[in-house]
Amino acid sequence: MTNLIVETSKYLMILLAACYTLFNFRYFSFKDEERRQIMCARQNQAMFLNHLLAYLIIYLKTEDLRVVAFYLAQVVFFLAYIYLYRLFYRNVSRLLVNNACMLLSVGFIMLTRLSFDRAVRQFIIVAVSALVTWIVPYIMERVWQLSRGTWIYAGAGLVLLLAVSLVGSTTYGAQLSLEIGGFSFQPSEFVKLTFVFFVAAMFYRAADFKSVVIATAVAAAHVLILVASTDLGSALLLFLTYVFMLFIATSNWIYLGGGLAAGAGAAWMAWTLFPHVQNRVAAWLNPWPYIDDKGYQITQSLFAMGTGGWFGMGLYQGMPYRIPVVEKDFIFAAISEELGAIFALCVLLICIGCFLQFMMIAGKLQAIFFKLIAFGLGVVYIVQVLLNVGGVTKFIPSTGITLPFVSYGGSSILSTFLLFNVIQGLYILKRNEEESNEEG
Amino acid sequence: MKKADPNPNANRNIMIITYAILAIFLGMIAYFVYFLQVESEDVINNSYNARLDSFSDRILRGRILSSDGQSLAETQTAEDGTETRVYPFGSLFAHVVGHSTKGKTGLESQGNFYLLSSHVNLLEQIVNEISDQKNPGDDIVTTLDVGLQQTAYAALGDRKGAVIALEPDTGKILAMVSKPDYDPNPASLDAAWPGLSSSENTEGQLLNRATQGLYPPGSVFKIVTALEAIEEYPDNYLDYMFDCSGIFYIDDYSIRCYHGTAHGSQNLAQAFANSCNGAFANLGLNLNRDRMYSLAGRLLFNSDLPLGMSYSRSTYNMTGESDEWEILQTSIGQGTTQVSPMHIAMITSSIANGGTLMKPYVLDRVQSAAGEEVKKFLPEAYGSLMTADEAAKLNDLMTLVVTEGTGSALRDASYQAAGKTGSAEFETGKETHAWFTGYAPAEDPQIAVTVIVEEGGSGGRAAAPIARQMFDQYLLR
Repeated sequence: MTNLIVETSKYLMILLAACYTLFNFRYFSFKDEERRQIMCARQNQAMFLNHLLAYLIIYLKTEDLRVVAFYLAQVVFFLAYIYLYRLFYRNVSRLLVNNACMLLSVGFIMLTRLSFDRAVRQFIIVAVSALVTWIVPYIMERVWQLSRGTWIYAGAGLVLLLAVSLVGSTTYGAQLSLEIGGFSFQPSEFVKLTFVFFVAAMFYRAADFKSVVIATAVAAAHVLILVASTDLGSALLLFLTYVFMLFIATSNWIYLGGGLAAGAGAAWMAWTLFPHVQNRVAAWLNPWPYIDDKGYQITQSLFAMGTGGWFGMGLYQGMPYRIPVVEKDFIFAAISEELGAIFALCVLLICIGCFLQFMMIAGKLQAIFFKLIAFGLGVVYIVQVLLNVGGVTKFIPSTGITLPFVSYGGSSILSTFLLFNVIQGLYILKRNEEESNEEG
Repeated sequence: MKKADPNPNANRNIMIITYAILAIFLGMIAYFVYFLQVESEDVINNSYNARLDSFSDRILRGRILSSDGQSLAETQTAEDGTETRVYPFGSLFAHVVGHSTKGKTGLESQGNFYLLSSHVNLLEQIVNEISDQKNPGDDIVTTLDVGLQQTAYAALGDRKGAVIALEPDTGKILAMVSKPDYDPNPASLDAAWPGLSSSENTEGQLLNRATQGLYPPGSVFKIVTALEAIEEYPDNYLDYMFDCSGIFYIDDYSIRCYHGTAHGSQNLAQAFANSCNGAFANLGLNLNRDRMYSLAGRLLFNSDLPLGMSYSRSTYNMTGESDEWEILQTSIGQGTTQVSPMHIAMITSSIANGGTLMKPYVLDRVQSAAGEEVKKFLPEAYGSLMTADEAAKLNDLMTLVVTEGTGSALRDASYQAAGKTGSAEFETGKETHAWFTGYAPAEDPQIAVTVIVEEGGSGGRAAAPIARQMFDQYLLR
């Protein structure tokens, strides 16, 4: 009987995720605010129903009462986040709040299924991060000097990266984290944000050749330190973000073309220099001969997604735990295996929906500083999604980057909350400005 | 904070970057869809995929059926719930169907995913779930013909060897027998396993000789030598003449015809029909070795075969640098050339099909336990091994083998067969391996058969009669 409920819920969950995603894109197609609000309200219904079904299955499968308590705690959190945020900031982008909650809820579901303890840890981190970053739009409304901190952003970023490169601990062949008071902390997650602020502040002042040279030198310093700590995923992320931001700031195609060509050259050099890059490329081109060692993770991921198929095996019916680091870098494979490839594609489309919203906000903002920040953070976000999902599906070599809001990991969660709330702050600024214009 | 927009192009460029990124995502989604729809099947069936084993907790393994629906393998559940895999024909289909205890082989391995997936209707699935019954897995319908398989099995008798029957225009594997064999039924397999898997076992019962056995091709290889002659001399290859005295002496070497028979004056067609070694060894000396090496490559020597089961790769080593002895030997199918019977069957089948090789396959369709089709496998062309004109010329040569040459066992049949015999030497002092490969009817081939009888003696006397029985069974029933 349990199996029957699990089977039925599986299809219902796919349907709900598909509806949710559909509402997301319907939202973009409407111009009037009223219909957009209706879409957002429907999104909330779909999300909570999906969440409920998932935890019903988890409870039936584990018969653990803690699951019920945990579920209720999550519901309280989501309700509070969705409604209080809107109460406090009247002009919030509901769509972004909804998408953040949807992605978080999918992450909670998969993490609870994989490891209850980790899910609870993740939940605490999420609750704290949500609370702390709530203030961000408020600060942005009141602090006008954000654009003057050019060298603070650059300095903070470089110091953090240097620290991790010198004393950081090594995981999976890359130096990523600092241990502070028992907490492991990944500076590169935050440097993404300071980096975008630095570049925006730099080009806000001037986008002449001299500024470009200086900004490029500082950007290169960031990237090189990351390469030295063998965190090539983050290096690639910052590099692409810089090239795109430079292009938007200068509208110079030569910078874009030259930057991408230089990046391709650097990637080729990394491939010839670093054995661990060669391993990943070899495991990407054809993982099957290395199924026991360097191709193990990607082949397990392909087994998971392939066996799961379009509709998934259903929660607790697959073996996602066989994929190494499944709860962090390979969470997408776990979603695809148990909830189905359609569900996983919906998650991907929701991420794309966030990105489109970011770009629309960037387009509407007039001040080049804010425009560049919105654009830069949007690129940071979507390139992470691309590197993560591309790595899991063997579209590109795996780079060891988390899926924002879905993967397990404190630093990733906090920095993604910061990222979303900065954009939320920009959106609120813009809307407030529009309203005062209308009134005036 | 309001400042004049210093960069009017920024918004257009943001759009451009946005579209570029969306295009990359579209590519990624397309790749993911392609993976799920096309590639995932092979991935799922990988023996490293631990997930499949857990399917059997909820699915009752499906049946494997012959082309006319007879059960070749099925799972029977006793009253106490114990499941037993039963192979009603015993050892008859041992290699092609395989076994499912002591590891999985043959179709039991190749079709594992289908056998463990259920497509009975939703209502039945729900009823089964509620009553805590396993859902019946899908059945695999093969291309195998029980009658033909029995014919091949009986004809080989106690001799070691292999028989393969293909449908040339589709690639369907109609029969595939390998001897010696074993009984795949779990109880017998358990009992025989220590002997079968022992390192001292020299019989190789578990080996599917049809695809995994490698043999010197002997005179069957003259098909390749003749094809090279046709390609180099398309208009006058038949004018090649050779005077056979039973032994061909050249420099310090000598090449004997089978039993030292002196064939006398032979043109290429007669030499082919009578399988004159001297004529073909001498012909080899007059052919371009580099071109012949590339022809061998085109005929899938030294390369992977388009075959979805375990097989051994055939080898061919003669190049422009080879010495005279190697040329003499290779041209008549001796020397270091090694082939699998399936490879010879594929070349034969492509000749019968106007030069186009159809990929051999044994899995015809997957159907639910209720008989509804779930998946159909369609014939697939691999490509052309030779032109239609060359195939027609080989057809003429191979027809002469039956009407005038060594294929006399098929001469008085009511249909016109075509083929080539071979008697391959493999160890001095031992009887030769007997080969026959051919098809019938020559004017409209419906079945191609390849036979090898280890140490069977002459191909014409030991192997061709087996092919005759196969043709009779298939064409005259």
